[in-house]
Amino acid sequence: MNDIFMVTISQNMYYAVSAGLAILVLVGIFLMSKVKTAKTGNALSAIALLTGVVVSMIRYDLLPIWVIYASILFGSAFSLWLVLKIKMIEMPQMIALLNGLGGLTSLIVGGFAMLGIGSDQEVFSTASAMVAVFVGGWTFVGSLIAAGKLHRLINQKPIVLKGHRIWLSLTLILTLAVMVIGLFNVLSLPIALALLTVLSFAFGYLFTIRIGGADMPIAISLLNSLSGVAGAVSGLAVGDVLLVSVGGIVGASGLLLTQIMCRAMNRRLWEILLGKTTQKISSHQEKPKLVTIETPEETILSNPDFKEVVQEAKDVIIVPGYGMAVAQAQHLLKQTADYFKGRGARVRYAIHPVAGRMPGHMNVLLAEANVDYDELFEMDDLNDQFQSVDLTIVVGANDVMNPAARAAEGTPIYRMPILNVDQSKHIFIFNYDTKPGYAGVDNPLYQRKNGVYLFLGNAKDTLNTFLNDIKTN
Amino acid sequence: MTILHFILLGVFAVSTLVGYLLIRNVPSLLHTPLMSGMNALSGITLIGALVALAITFRAQAIISTILAVLAVIAATINVFAGFGVTHRMLLMFKKKDDRHE
Repeated sequence: MNDIFMVTISQNMYYAVSAGLAILVLVGIFLMSKVKTAKTGNALSAIALLTGVVVSMIRYDLLPIWVIYASILFGSAFSLWLVLKIKMIEMPQMIALLNGLGGLTSLIVGGFAMLGIGSDQEVFSTASAMVAVFVGGWTFVGSLIAAGKLHRLINQKPIVLKGHRIWLSLTLILTLAVMVIGLFNVLSLPIALALLTVLSFAFGYLFTIRIGGADMPIAISLLNSLSGVAGAVSGLAVGDVLLVSVGGIVGASGLLLTQIMCRAMNRRLWEILLGKTTQKISSHQEKPKLVTIETPEETILSNPDFKEVVQEAKDVIIVPGYGMAVAQAQHLLKQTADYFKGRGARVRYAIHPVAGRMPGHMNVLLAEANVDYDELFEMDDLNDQFQSVDLTIVVGANDVMNPAARAAEGTPIYRMPILNVDQSKHIFIFNYDTKPGYAGVDNPLYQRKNGVYLFLGNAKDTLNTFLNDIKTN
Repeated sequence: MTILHFILLGVFAVSTLVGYLLIRNVPSLLHTPLMSGMNALSGITLIGALVALAITFRAQAIISTILAVLAVIAATINVFAGFGVTHRMLLMFKKKDDRHE
């Protein structure tokens, strides 16, 4: 790759090592498919990566350079602090932040490669470097904005500028133009690099700023995929086979998760890319005139016969939503589940794919509250069971179980896969209020007279009252 | 384009495909740790950053060296914190049988 290096490991040998490490990474991913082996899988991936770094340091004769150790030490110390202090509910913004750092690295590595540092300056390498700069900068700024929104440093609402799509298209066209004229040497490469960096930042900003809080699972998955692509393309630029292969794997995983999230939210990827977010749709349309909800006056524990339902419940499904996590009610929820189990009931949790702020987030939050993972079920595993259980308890979830999704044509949630909570005989709903959820569609369940018990207020308070009430009985 | 470039493109295609097939088997239960683990892996660009840092440092180009140091630090955090939080999350996943110890 670069002649100025004293290459102590031959090219072929490096290919062999890279292939071995890539296989190790793939084995690691394979082990990630079961809880029991996942820790080993994660460790294998980490070992593969560490080995790759050490081999590269030998290969390029980097071992004597002290500044490398200083930088790595500094980064590691900071990481350790991050790992120890992070709360599980903050995981989405943490991952978005880390993603952004990955993007920044690709941006810088790609930038150096454009200027011939670390690359062979062939057209292929320079073109790859340009793409790495653009995708890296896009990932960097996009992820920082996503992290800011999730951490509520930035307004969570989607911000749509005047002519948003035109700005996006314009940025993209300008980027392509800069790449082409840069490759034909009309533009000097340092200037092209500066322009590309600015354009990529602008694109990342425009891309993420209009995505709202509840659409974040899709945004994060996509940015995760992009960070992999950026890594792979910077690998193309500097001719490193390990970067290319691992970057490709990460890109694929992000893409797959993006697909799953899109399906779960009934959204098409191109719609997201073009900026059709849930809120935007709902603001453009009249709210469906399904029902007009009168909030019940005596809300909390209004219906005294709920205790009978509790007494007779032998099979219970719990549906947790992000509202539960926001109210930090997961431990009380666990206690509620324990109460039912203590009475000999079977308790299972039904987790909608978008129950949290990133793929699988709800599972992590419940695992943190010591819920056994074999009680956590995917939507499809439990969806035909709601009709046969004695009781369904919904805590802080709304859109994901809104039956309007089946029939309310023209609403954002129409045809979104939902949990069939409405098929249950008895439903306890712990929600803040009966206002429509994020998607802005009224939930007809709140109106059902038969078998629906509403416990309105902060989930922590209502669950507490509920628990005390049934225990004293 | 040289042969190396074709090899690289081939490697990219194959890894993407194989990765996609393998990741499809991961249950949604583990999607968050999967994503943070993948995220950590994307920090493999650390290798590129290290090489760039070595070149700029040896050439004594100050601004470039600072940028390269920044890249190395960013990638290190990406890798280290990524694997760290993944491990922390995976430690929390337990079944009834696992809790007795």
